[in-house]
Amino acid sequence: MSDPKAYRALTTHRLFWPVVVLVGMLAANTVYRPGFLSVQMRDGHLYGSLVDILRLSAPLILVALGMTLVIATGGIDLSVGSLCAISGAIACLYISRQPDQNSVGGVLTALALGLGVALVLGAWNGVLVAVIGIQPIIATLILMVAGRGLAQLITEGQILTINSGPYKAIGVGHLLTLPLAIFLALAAALLVAAVTRRTALGLIIESVGGNAQASRLAGIRSGRITFLVYVISAACAAVAGFMMTANVSSADGNAAGLWVELDAILAVVIGGTSLAGGRFSLGGTILGALLIQTLTTTVYAMNISPQTSLLFKAVVVIAVCLIQAPGFRARFTRRRAPAAGPTPVSEQPKEQVPA
Amino acid sequence: MKRMRTYPPSRKVIAVLAAALLATGVAACGNSDTGGSGGDDGTITLGFSQVGAESGWRTANTTSIKEAATEAGIDLKFDDAQQKQENQIKAIRNFIQQKVDVIAFSPVVESGWDTVLKEAKDAKIPVILTDRSVDSADKSLYKTFLGSDFVKEGRLAGEWLVQKEQSATGPVNIVELQGTTGSAPANDRKKGFAEAIAANPNLKIVASQSGDFTRAGGKQVMEQFLKANPKIDVLFAHNDDMGLGALEAITAAGKVPGKDITIITVDAVKDGMQALADGKFNFIAECSPLLGPQLMDLVKKVHAGESVPARIETQETTFTQEQAKEALPNRKY
Repeated sequence: MSDPKAYRALTTHRLFWPVVVLVGMLAANTVYRPGFLSVQMRDGHLYGSLVDILRLSAPLILVALGMTLVIATGGIDLSVGSLCAISGAIACLYISRQPDQNSVGGVLTALALGLGVALVLGAWNGVLVAVIGIQPIIATLILMVAGRGLAQLITEGQILTINSGPYKAIGVGHLLTLPLAIFLALAAALLVAAVTRRTALGLIIESVGGNAQASRLAGIRSGRITFLVYVISAACAAVAGFMMTANVSSADGNAAGLWVELDAILAVVIGGTSLAGGRFSLGGTILGALLIQTLTTTVYAMNISPQTSLLFKAVVVIAVCLIQAPGFRARFTRRRAPAAGPTPVSEQPKEQVPA
Repeated sequence: MKRMRTYPPSRKVIAVLAAALLATGVAACGNSDTGGSGGDDGTITLGFSQVGAESGWRTANTTSIKEAATEAGIDLKFDDAQQKQENQIKAIRNFIQQKVDVIAFSPVVESGWDTVLKEAKDAKIPVILTDRSVDSADKSLYKTFLGSDFVKEGRLAGEWLVQKEQSATGPVNIVELQGTTGSAPANDRKKGFAEAIAANPNLKIVASQSGDFTRAGGKQVMEQFLKANPKIDVLFAHNDDMGLGALEAITAAGKVPGKDITIITVDAVKDGMQALADGKFNFIAECSPLLGPQLMDLVKKVHAGESVPARIETQETTFTQEQAKEALPNRKY
């Protein structure tokens, strides 16, 4: 690198290391199996592992987008996995009761129903946190546990199989040779970005996350913003739930969206959003979600044994988090090149999680 | 610590939490039948504690037990533990207090049963385990264990494949979709299958991954298997659902399931049997939830003081495509 300043600007960018790890994983896959990156045309659409990664990461991107906004206000939403299961179960139940499962009108009604219930449940979360003042982790824990039961109640403990072309398209359909799901996720991302970054909303959310009291005294309706992010998070989870159930044309109240809340929180953290609130990065979140899905796909593509795959994932995630931490990097740079100057540690003053 | 001040733990918080806890507590107890004690009028009273209702398999299991009890004239006190061991222990203690004649249950987990089983033994109430076992060292704590032999299921699947491929000259590439890592059915089915296919050195497992017993898991893993292995001849899935998920991946890859790739699964739930009858699967080793009639026979024998074997296998069979077509109309689950 000829210009050391530009080099430092690049390597200290908070998304530099996640990108390096992502590229590194793709490279490792290519070394293991040279055809990994190849993409072919099949039945009029693209086919290959990269396309799989895009399609499978779409639901996680959606859930993580909502989670980013919640975390930006200093909260957390543990109920998203259960919300995925509930919305998917409601949509599938409605479609399964239709005489013609392929009718577009019926599918749209099913989506509206699923989304509607999710919005109500999101509003419940919002009321618990913003109005009653329960800590977010506890407030959303209620729905995380109870919601799983609710989803099973809807499907009556069975796996509900449907046979609906239009609904299936949400999960496995194609648009312009690419999976439809990734376009839906992208559209949601652009919408959230436009609403938060082209208006003052993003700044207001960050301000509430920074200090809710001070924001309120400065004239921001903190409660209303907090309420809003939980509703948005629920809406994102609902659409993700549609994708998950459409992907396999069946609603499994027990397994749909299981542990996705943890993956979403991880994606948000890898993307550089502080868990303490007050700052968020939508692009980082999307990158984090892609990284997590690539990691999962790598395990299957390289046929890493199931007994060691969890350890493998943990090692990669710990590595990403460590090299991302300025404090950790500073130790290394100082030891190797003491003349490099102080790393801007003050960049992330609120990185620690409140007890 | 600044953040804490935003959400002070007020009295309201505690009240809401208490209400939520109370609600779950009530729901958990709601299913237990508390009335009456049995044994006085000659009819046998059976206290049964079920794991929960986590799958179609489990629901069919519950229905089978309830129907068989009615048919056998046994007074059944049914409890749903909702996947929680503490609920199940509570239910068993209730059964002991009510002085039922026989207690049967499907343990949620393997360990931690010694104390409550000792209480039942002291009360001279015989205990029968169904579907899942416990790891108690003292085998006298229960009379018998009625359930499927997962190793045998894997072996039956493997033996069918050995039979089918006996004339194969070249290598036959097998991919395996395992159940949840570490679970007994996953470990045992894998073991039984591997033992059986060892009979023919041409049969080789080229890839094996966990699909967590779910359709989404099976599909996601199969997608990568198909890309990483140009020649896959056989898929062995540890349950129907993973096989059903894999079907979609195989179709998307432009292959014909059941023809280009031979598919063998375990369980025989309705959707799986349908796929078998449609020619998309090739063979299913049954893991039957319909153990109600066998259980009621055992209850009568144990109550009469007859000795029973310590391990009893569920009556199970296997299905080929033709057998599935015949059996499908009468399938209960």
